[in-house]
Amino acid sequence: MTEGQLLSLAQQVVSGLSAGSIYALLALALVLIYQSTDVVNFAQGEMAMFTTFIAYTLLTWYGVPFLPAVALTLVFAFLLGYLVERVVVRPVEEAPVLSVVIVTLGLYSIFNSVAGWVWGYVPKGFPSPISGGTVWFLGLTVGLLDLWILGCGLVIMVLLHLFLRRTTLGTAMRAVAHNRTAARLVGIPVGRMLSLGWGFSAMLGAIAGMLAAPKIFLEPNMMAGVLLYAFAGAVLGGLSSPFGAIAGGLLVGVIENLLGALVATELKSGLAFFMILAMLVVRPQGLFGTVHRRKV
Amino acid sequence: MLRLEGVSAGYGRIQVLRDVSLEVSAGSIVALLGANGAGKTTTLRVISGLIRPLSGAVYFDDRRIDRLPPEAIVRLGVAHVPEGRQVFAELTVGENLILGAYCRRDRRRIPADLERVFELFPVLRERRKQLAGTLSGGEQQMLAIGRALMARPRLLLLDEPSLGLAPMVVREIFRTIRQINADGTTVLLVEQDANLALQVAHAAYVLQTGQVVLAGPAAELRRNEAIRKSYLGY
Repeated sequence: MTEGQLLSLAQQVVSGLSAGSIYALLALALVLIYQSTDVVNFAQGEMAMFTTFIAYTLLTWYGVPFLPAVALTLVFAFLLGYLVERVVVRPVEEAPVLSVVIVTLGLYSIFNSVAGWVWGYVPKGFPSPISGGTVWFLGLTVGLLDLWILGCGLVIMVLLHLFLRRTTLGTAMRAVAHNRTAARLVGIPVGRMLSLGWGFSAMLGAIAGMLAAPKIFLEPNMMAGVLLYAFAGAVLGGLSSPFGAIAGGLLVGVIENLLGALVATELKSGLAFFMILAMLVVRPQGLFGTVHRRKV
Repeated sequence: MLRLEGVSAGYGRIQVLRDVSLEVSAGSIVALLGANGAGKTTTLRVISGLIRPLSGAVYFDDRRIDRLPPEAIVRLGVAHVPEGRQVFAELTVGENLILGAYCRRDRRRIPADLERVFELFPVLRERRKQLAGTLSGGEQQMLAIGRALMARPRLLLLDEPSLGLAPMVVREIFRTIRQINADGTTVLLVEQDANLALQVAHAAYVLQTGQVVLAGPAAELRRNEAIRKSYLGY
């Protein structure tokens, strides 16, 4: 392999990490919800898309400056997630898994069609504080936008880690995920924690959506592919481990890019399914997960 | 302090408790005895609000609590150490204890209470940073009790603290239960080992298929012929 080939490989890895950090954020959102409520939220991507449209509306229709628009969007995302749990998911909490799946699929289609109705299906550009331009780094040409996405993703992941590990609220949320009865007995309001978890997950999704939008354009179906890769990442890392979700998401991004560059771009879309299937057959608990014990 | 009046309760269509009435007076240790499936655990679950009674009422300090959610009952001063300990296995010992104080409003007094738990169970101090799931059974039981104490309860509900533990460890735990009671916490103790329970308890109730069949001071029950035959084994 020549030096040039090596460099271009390294370049693929860097842009893979950038895409991967978006998958990782969404995978984290999926895992947070799955851990605490045993629900796989198929609408996670659509909620992310919807909130990104809110940011877009604030930015371009109302001329709100970038940072306040992001802040408002995050507040909206939190409330959206909180309400979805409280109003739609809570009533089917005790229902069979299939009902819950159908509920989140229903949410998927509701968010998708409402977004189409309000904002239309024409792809829109989404502003970003960092746009084009590249930097040279160790002989690599790295897109500034890629660096920005990767940087933001990593910062959010560190913040989430600190929140879950260092604050009492975060510790309580982990406690609810692991042992609901014991959590109730020490006086943790379990229901409120579940709503909070959905709220935070929706915020993660909103960040993923806003980071992805400048790259893949804003339209109602923008997150469909992203969600699939996020699922692959979550399954790869283990649905029970936030760390695994991050590692899995980043890994999926890199593998996706390398496969596209080295073999064939056409294979990219099948990759996510292949990885989900392969992982479920070989190591269902994922790379970093522990064997899932059913909560009773 | 605690009063159950004609409580019936169950899960779904299965009725477990039938018209159970009992009373725990402040400062005492009261034992709830009975065979497997007699309804001991269910009684505790009703008191701490995990399940609602089908009929009857639960009073704590003359306040009706059987319609309150568990977190409100903890806040009133009732802490429940569940069967099988139920520590947060994937959290550290320290995190488990801090969560025990989750419902407390007087945050400033938590460090002093943590210190008291470490005095009662020195081994927990050594294991503070360890994951609770890596503790031995006895240590987990101590952690479960310590976690409950962090809520500063006036009434402590203990469900089978001796279950699956070596006799040495059981003795240590029961010594601590006495100590906790001497420090002013009322205790309602569910125990299959009636012998053990009647040694520490002041009074006891015997449950059989969901009904109270016998009640009285512990000394009296120890002498009772029927109790001896069915529960004490001599």
